[in-house]
Amino acid sequence: MLTLHLEKTLGEFSVNVAFASESRATALFGPSGAGKTSLINMIAGLLRPDRGRVEIDGEVLFDSAARIDVPPWRRRIGYVFQEGRLFPHFTVRHNLEYGRWMGGHKFDPSAFQHVVELLDIGHLLDRRPGKLSGGERQRIAVGRALLMQPRLLLLDEPLASLDAPRKRDILPYLERLRDEARMPMIYVSHNATELKLIASHVVWLDGGRVATTGGVERLDAAQVDMLA
Amino acid sequence: MFDLSPQDWTAIALSLRVAAVSTVVALPFGIIIAMLLTRGSFWGKSLLDAVVHLPLVLPPVVTGYLLLLSLGRKAPLGAFLADHFGIVFSFRWTGAAVACGVMAFPLLVRAIRLSIEAIDRRLEDAASTLGANHVWSFTTVTLPLALPGIIAGMMLAFARALGEFGATITFVSNIPGETQTISAAIYSLIQVPGGDADALKLVVISIVICVAALLASEWLAKRATARLHGA
Repeated sequence: MLTLHLEKTLGEFSVNVAFASESRATALFGPSGAGKTSLINMIAGLLRPDRGRVEIDGEVLFDSAARIDVPPWRRRIGYVFQEGRLFPHFTVRHNLEYGRWMGGHKFDPSAFQHVVELLDIGHLLDRRPGKLSGGERQRIAVGRALLMQPRLLLLDEPLASLDAPRKRDILPYLERLRDEARMPMIYVSHNATELKLIASHVVWLDGGRVATTGGVERLDAAQVDMLA
Repeated sequence: MFDLSPQDWTAIALSLRVAAVSTVVALPFGIIIAMLLTRGSFWGKSLLDAVVHLPLVLPPVVTGYLLLLSLGRKAPLGAFLADHFGIVFSFRWTGAAVACGVMAFPLLVRAIRLSIEAIDRRLEDAASTLGANHVWSFTTVTLPLALPGIIAGMMLAFARALGEFGATITFVSNIPGETQTISAAIYSLIQVPGGDADALKLVVISIVICVAALLASEWLAKRATARLHGA
């Protein structure tokens, strides 16, 4: 269960969002500039809200009234960035292991193997990220976030930097991830087709505010509205 | 031509020791100051920046004299270090290392600072979401990514220290076997009638050392960069 209420002014723009979601896969939908990335940066602790509260499964990660602000490295929230952000100086294996090292967990060969197979990245383990394709990088970014054993997974337009055929290659991995990883996720995108495949619950943002929430079927109407 | 006198060898060994020690000791301070100047926001930041760069613009003789005034035996700080820690700089090779370190410091800080500025800070954000606090994200992400700049800075500092003359001779004088580096030895030799040939040998030696240092750093920096971007 995720409950949040966040307010932040960024120059001319302001975000003021409150919603609760019990869904396994929540979609954050909206046009670019709607405040989607700012919102998940605040959930991850990378951007400090002016006011608000974030609670995941009964644990408060941020509460401006109670002066609680858990730093990002203690939030255990996995984050898959739009551009991957793999560490260029580490091999793929070390990128995947980074979260485990920082968390001080013991190596779990079966968990590692499971993620490697789920994302089909076994043949890349000893390479460095520099010369990998965009699709390979995003799969590794997903694996890196998964292997830190997060309580929540944030995916910020993970397919935006890929061309259409590559998107079609990766979507099945993300569906498997949702079905097998048993981990709640927030999936940010402005692509309704993508979201309908992945998410069940939709929060539609516009201009830094929640425009509407509901089941994925709402996206059809939403998309038409956006095109109009 | 290359039958070097024992005194020449002493000067060469001393120069290498002074340059190496000053570079290695200055390095951690250089990294800290470079981090403060790129990432910090505090009162007096531009003042710190100016002070760090002073040795680059001041006449070396002035820097040397200021060192003498602050770290000399009779200066408050110098006396304190000598009485309580037994650390004496004046007329010792350690003082030469201090002078070289101070003179080379701006070059060291500049190179490291440029490489830290070039780092994509979003990688540090990524590290923090993966559980790395500031110390870990600095040691596992920032520092390795800044490595080519750190190597370049160390090489510049080393070469600058080898060539240092004015501040060193002002602060710790020109004592054979203690503070007479290659530069000071060349200076002494060309003051003596008929010393030109011996001076020329040392000139060749110092060129060889500097070119070797340059080539070594190029090679190291290339390797470090390849490690960062290679497949």
